Amino acid sequence: MQIYLPIAEVSVNAFLLLGLGGLVGILSGMFGVGGGFLMTPLLFFIGIPPAVAVATEANQIVASSVSGALAHFRRKSLDILMGMFLLAGGIIGVAAGVEIFAVLRAAGQVDTLVRICYVVLLGTIGTLMLIESIRAIQRSHQNVFVLRKLHQHNWIHGLPFKVKFRSSGLYISAIPPLLIGALVGILAAIMGVGGGFIMVPAMIYILGMPTKVVIGTSLFQITFVTAFTTVLHATTNQTVDIALAFLLFLGGVIGAQVGARIGVKLPAEQLRVFLAILVIAVCGKLAMDLLLEPSEIYSIGRGP
Amino acid sequence: MRVWLSALLLWLASLPATALIKEEVISALSQNRIAITANFDGSEIFVYGAIKREAPVANGKLGVIVTVAGPSVPTLVRRKSRIFGIWINSDSLKIDAAPTFYAVASSAPLASILHADESLQHKIRIAEMIKSIGPHVETADAQAFPEALMRIREKQGLYAEFSDIVELRSDTLFGTHIPLPANLVEGEYTATVYVTRDGVIVDKQERKTNVQKVGLGRWIYALAHEQPLIYGILAVLLATFTGWIAAVAFRRI
Repeated sequence: MQIYLPIAEVSVNAFLLLGLGGLVGILSGMFGVGGGFLMTPLLFFIGIPPAVAVATEANQIVASSVSGALAHFRRKSLDILMGMFLLAGGIIGVAAGVEIFAVLRAAGQVDTLVRICYVVLLGTIGTLMLIESIRAIQRSHQNVFVLRKLHQHNWIHGLPFKVKFRSSGLYISAIPPLLIGALVGILAAIMGVGGGFIMVPAMIYILGMPTKVVIGTSLFQITFVTAFTTVLHATTNQTVDIALAFLLFLGGVIGAQVGARIGVKLPAEQLRVFLAILVIAVCGKLAMDLLLEPSEIYSIGRGP
Repeated sequence: MRVWLSALLLWLASLPATALIKEEVISALSQNRIAITANFDGSEIFVYGAIKREAPVANGKLGVIVTVAGPSVPTLVRRKSRIFGIWINSDSLKIDAAPTFYAVASSAPLASILHADESLQHKIRIAEMIKSIGPHVETADAQAFPEALMRIREKQGLYAEFSDIVELRSDTLFGTHIPLPANLVEGEYTATVYVTRDGVIVDKQERKTNVQKVGLGRWIYALAHEQPLIYGILAVLLATFTGWIAAVAFRRI
């Protein structure tokens, strides 16, 4: 069933969109990742203009993170104050990101920028994940247990503007949360990702937050940052396609339930190797599109 | 005076007989409004009419050509080149007014019912229409842009030539369905009917119709472009609501 997407202005098969949503949903249910970093490039591959794919994916992430954020809020398993600092940084990052996006869009360079960002990001994540999961498999064979400290005192603790984060039991500078938030905001605006895959490790290893509040705080920040990204892309670039977002979400929500059920039955380390290879494959395809001579070097831009 | 008159007579005799018989085209469109709906995957426009004559059917090969042109808008054509190993948009050319849609339909292969110079003069074929809107600079490089526009739009089905799809009955009645693709731009579309005799255009008539997006798709598009802030907030509310509903629904299962 072909459906005409009103903002993307292309006809796409509705079942293809539901299927893509479902596939990425299964992966995100299995691995507990948001999936934005896989969905956006897949949308490029099926012919959605990158500018629309990015803005629409931000909108879809609002839908997929809001219920999680609410659940953590009810259980109080999040650090609201830390979330606020991450969010403040995020809003600045989004504003800057959308501005960069609009300028490059007018110059006809936004597609290239988004693709390059994805190649770098997916290449890095995929490689790290592959190394990490192979190590984990080796470790599980050797049965070695590594003891880690709760958190270490490092350069972060030397920075000024210290704030007491009660829920996390931390007394640290407000600068690192603001910077981390801003980086995530820029990524959300330019790439249409939630940024949890960067924020969660940063919260654990850089800020030293206890893991029980990390996911909730990250979801809290992602919900508001992607909501702000959606509004800003809608007002600046008019590239949010709610019909597309809705179909992707519909597929995604079913896929996530299926994925969560599959995930518990399969060996975690092998799954991570599979995800890493998938991420590297998507990265490879994007890199090829940039490096190989396209079959049509001309394109029709928007009017002046 | 005598020489004059005989010269005129000679000239008249040399003309195809048809040129003297007045043939007029009367045409109409099936819809004066075409709607693109949310599940729009193409539609068509029906152009029909008759050829009116004062005298009996003349000799000479009769042809009917129908062109449909979408609204003309400024269009930017970009070209990629390799910079630091990556293919990046590097050059561009602005075409002041390019039709967003252009189709030519004819009752027989165009070459057999329309002289090349007549076609050129009226800019009927896609290539001729494109040449007329292209840059005034005649360099091969500048011409490559409008040619690329033509190639891309042909691939998208937005520019097309259909020979033999105009049905002609008893040399008088004609009708044709011109297919419209899904990726159509809204606005005023002009259908022009040409009647030819032995390759020469004897009459033409223009008819206009409005193509509009309707239903949910139209509403979404209009809101996104006219009230972007409200649209953005609506998008967030919709996402929040569906996310919440989905969570509640799956908790029950």
